[in-house]
Amino acid sequence: MQSEQLTQAWRSFSGSDWQREINVRDFIVSNVTPYSGGPEFLAKATQRTLAVWDKLQPYFREEARKGVLDVDVATPSSLTSHGPGYIDRDNEVIVGLQTDQPFRRAIMPTGGWGMIESGLKAIGREPDPAVRETFTKYRKTHNAAVFDMYTPEIRNCRRSSIITGLPDAYGRGRIIGDYRRVALYGVDRLIEAKKAERTEIDARWPSEDVMRLREEMADQLRALADLKTMAATYGCDIGKPAANAREAVQWTYFGYLGAIKEMNGAAMSVGRISTFFDIYIERDLAEKTLTEAEAQELIDQLVIKLRIVRFMRTPEYDALFSGDPYWATECIGGMTLDGRTLVTRSSFRMLQTLANLGPAPEPNLTVLWSKNLPEPFKRHCLVSSANSSSLQYENDDLMLPQFGDDYGIACCVSGMRLGKQMQFFGARVNLAKCLLYAINGGRDEVSGLQVGPAFRPVSGDALDYEDVMAKFDDMMDWLARTYVHAMNCIHYAHDRYNYERLMMALHDRDILRTMAFGIAGLSVAADSLSAIKYAKVKPIRDDNGLVVDYETAGEFPVFGNNDPRVDDITADLVKRFMDKLRQHPTYRSAIHTQSVLTITSNVVYGKATGSTPDGRRKGEPFAPGANPMHGRDSHGWLASCLSVAHLPYQHAQDGISYTLSVVPAETRQGDTEAITRAISALDTYFGQGGFHMNLNVLSRETLLDAMENPDKYPQLTIRVSGYAVNFIRLTREQQLDVVNRTFFHGNI
Amino acid sequence: MAQSGIAAAAAAEIPEGGRHDLRHDLSPDAPEIENYSEGEGAFGYAHSYETGSRLDGPGIRVTLFLSGCPLRCQYCHNPDTWRLKDGMRIPLERVVTRLGHFAPALRSMQGGLTLSGGEPLVQPAFSRRIFAAAKSFGLHTALDTSGYLGDRATDEYLKSVDLVLLDIKSWDPDTYRRVTRQDVAPTLRFAERLAAMNKPVWVRYVLVPGLTDDPANVEGVAKFVAPMKNVEWVEVLPFHQLGAFKWKELGLDYPLVDTPPAPPELLARVHGQFRAAGCNVR
Repeated sequence: MQSEQLTQAWRSFSGSDWQREINVRDFIVSNVTPYSGGPEFLAKATQRTLAVWDKLQPYFREEARKGVLDVDVATPSSLTSHGPGYIDRDNEVIVGLQTDQPFRRAIMPTGGWGMIESGLKAIGREPDPAVRETFTKYRKTHNAAVFDMYTPEIRNCRRSSIITGLPDAYGRGRIIGDYRRVALYGVDRLIEAKKAERTEIDARWPSEDVMRLREEMADQLRALADLKTMAATYGCDIGKPAANAREAVQWTYFGYLGAIKEMNGAAMSVGRISTFFDIYIERDLAEKTLTEAEAQELIDQLVIKLRIVRFMRTPEYDALFSGDPYWATECIGGMTLDGRTLVTRSSFRMLQTLANLGPAPEPNLTVLWSKNLPEPFKRHCLVSSANSSSLQYENDDLMLPQFGDDYGIACCVSGMRLGKQMQFFGARVNLAKCLLYAINGGRDEVSGLQVGPAFRPVSGDALDYEDVMAKFDDMMDWLARTYVHAMNCIHYAHDRYNYERLMMALHDRDILRTMAFGIAGLSVAADSLSAIKYAKVKPIRDDNGLVVDYETAGEFPVFGNNDPRVDDITADLVKRFMDKLRQHPTYRSAIHTQSVLTITSNVVYGKATGSTPDGRRKGEPFAPGANPMHGRDSHGWLASCLSVAHLPYQHAQDGISYTLSVVPAETRQGDTEAITRAISALDTYFGQGGFHMNLNVLSRETLLDAMENPDKYPQLTIRVSGYAVNFIRLTREQQLDVVNRTFFHGNI
Repeated sequence: MAQSGIAAAAAAEIPEGGRHDLRHDLSPDAPEIENYSEGEGAFGYAHSYETGSRLDGPGIRVTLFLSGCPLRCQYCHNPDTWRLKDGMRIPLERVVTRLGHFAPALRSMQGGLTLSGGEPLVQPAFSRRIFAAAKSFGLHTALDTSGYLGDRATDEYLKSVDLVLLDIKSWDPDTYRRVTRQDVAPTLRFAERLAAMNKPVWVRYVLVPGLTDDPANVEGVAKFVAPMKNVEWVEVLPFHQLGAFKWKELGLDYPLVDTPPAPPELLARVHGQFRAAGCNVR
């Protein structure tokens, strides 16, 4: 029976490794049909798709007005907690909702009860008493466990915003289940394989590692069984493999749906699915059981589902990561190890959703850019960017040697092998504040509290570069140590109390773990050091001897102009802090990595940070991610891009986020020529070592108009640091921050 | 000062001594340019640089704006580059080092360096040496010039220049003088010389409603450049108000403050005229 089903489901597929073992990558490279043509074949949205999409519009409007629409406060979410939910049952080709109704949010208290309580309070709802009792009295949460382990020092760091955004109160996310496995193998086969993996470790001596793993694998097996049950409520038997394209899309989505029913993770990427689907679509098209319109319908309807993922979050969380993002990141394009492209017709179909359904921030569409991508695809991407500002680009030529040809992007910029690698997400430290701590001997420049170690503060009336740098280096030592310490506590607790049983069931047993640290305020710190080195900086002290401001006289080079005098300082900071992190052992021997990324938290970090020697005033936002400070990259996009490309990826392998906004191009040379040059610009940026680019093509005037007249721009999408947001859902403060960023004129 | 010709042309519309009368800006500056001796060109004066332009030559460019200009165009969008010594005095070595930072990226984008201004030929030794350095980096080079000082660009100088962006602001000498306060003859002479040596040229024509849009004037430029095989493109640049703020910042009264941007119909007509004469126009 089992093998008959396999024969039927796998008819006409090639390759053998993937048939013997769980190996989606081998399936893809053995069966992919690379496509080097253009977008001419694409179909518009079907009537059914439009009907489903129309049905959702009132919800979107209401949500823009009101925020959270509805919450099920009484039912902690799990794979099987809610019955099936539909938007428009007759027209839905792909089904499955997180709860029984669209936009009805679920609670996931194992991450932390405080998040639920304050999230509900913010919308004027009361928690269910029985649920509260359960998760405050009987069932410990991740959040509670972390705080049991935290030291006073870590709490102070958190409170003072030198370490922020830690996933200690909610799901850590940044894990990508290989949801394609559900479609390719069916859950029964996955259970069988997981059991075999488990049997292999039965003979191992029960060290702590082994016992933990056994327990985790038992949870994984239960999750797979529950996933089957969940799908059965929608009338689907996902025990068996998908037998056609519709089932492949549906089964894969069920895998993802299971993940987002159980885990309110900060980032819940979907992986790298369109080219996987393409293999099924090509087969159905060849068998004449599917038309192009129907193929597009599958992708469109999946994307509709990916656009309405909703989690319960708190106002504090929203202030950091505005616009309700969940990073359902999908990777498009890239190359294989043997030099073929992974661009397929379905890569185009995925981009086509931006035209069929309009621009949107989710899914977070990520083009894996290689200089070797087919030219028509490059062209189509840039046209899509110009029309939607919804795409981000990441350097496949840089990541391929690192991650092979079947990696996904967790969140915004974090590469990882699918089903073979996960990360312990760790938000970021505020490097600019760390510099101020060095100057003030560990005292916080805003509160005056002794947060860091009481090292000797800077004395005298002029800052000396060597002196400040030595002190900064010492302070970074302390910060790195404290940071790794906190992260170990967080992920120990998360594994124990909020384990991602389904997502990890869709991984191999033995995986590579990274611990992903991050830095914010890089350009502020670098420009400040440049000011100290090349200009004269006089510290201004308050009555308590605390340096609270600076008088900077003279010229100094600033990051963002491709000037090695300061770009080398910036690159050195990245490597220096990374080297310090590497010195401290991690939980589960995870490999240290680092990102230069802020999402929208650059505003909050700036708010919590005093004046800096570069001339930035107290409270002013930082630049996002690895971006130069607003307006300081004053010599055009090329110089700005090259400065960012100069940052060393080998010391920031969790990604370096860069957002570039250009106003719509002049067309004297014609659109075709403009796109050709934009392609060469991207090829060059990535060829020079650039890692990531959020590309916005819009004018400041459009954004200002949208601030005044949000109703005119319901779908205006803009890339911020590593993700896209619906502009009108940003806070006013963040909208202003976006508007004040550098816009380059008509040139890329 | 030999201003009488210029003044005569301007007097018709601009009240003498008024803030619109640019002679007040011209007179102190012109001697500075005319007598300026830059020696070997080891130093020069630069206003600023921009990276990433795709409009100032093939590929993607770094554009260095040198200061100093003998013209005072009514529509100038960089009036802050007029006076040579308002620019930064900068060693050649520094320019070359900075250019080197961009060279790999520029090569990869089949681009290069454009010298603009101001008028680069105000500083022929300095600009020649910059061009030579750019060539040694393997970059494409473009000279953005009015051609008024074209005689200064020796054949040797032009060996380091791959493309000349030649701004022919008007065919009609009176209009040219009204626009620029100088004579058109040196520009036309330079254009003919470039044609004779078959140096690639993109001719530029700034289209200002009510100033340079006279059909006969456009016709004159079109017929002049049409036979020139070295002219790869005629680029019609529709007038815009983007430079107005600089006039304001400099405390200058902008003579075109009420001039509207060139409307699309007008642009289409002028394109048509160049096309009809046999030019590649865009």
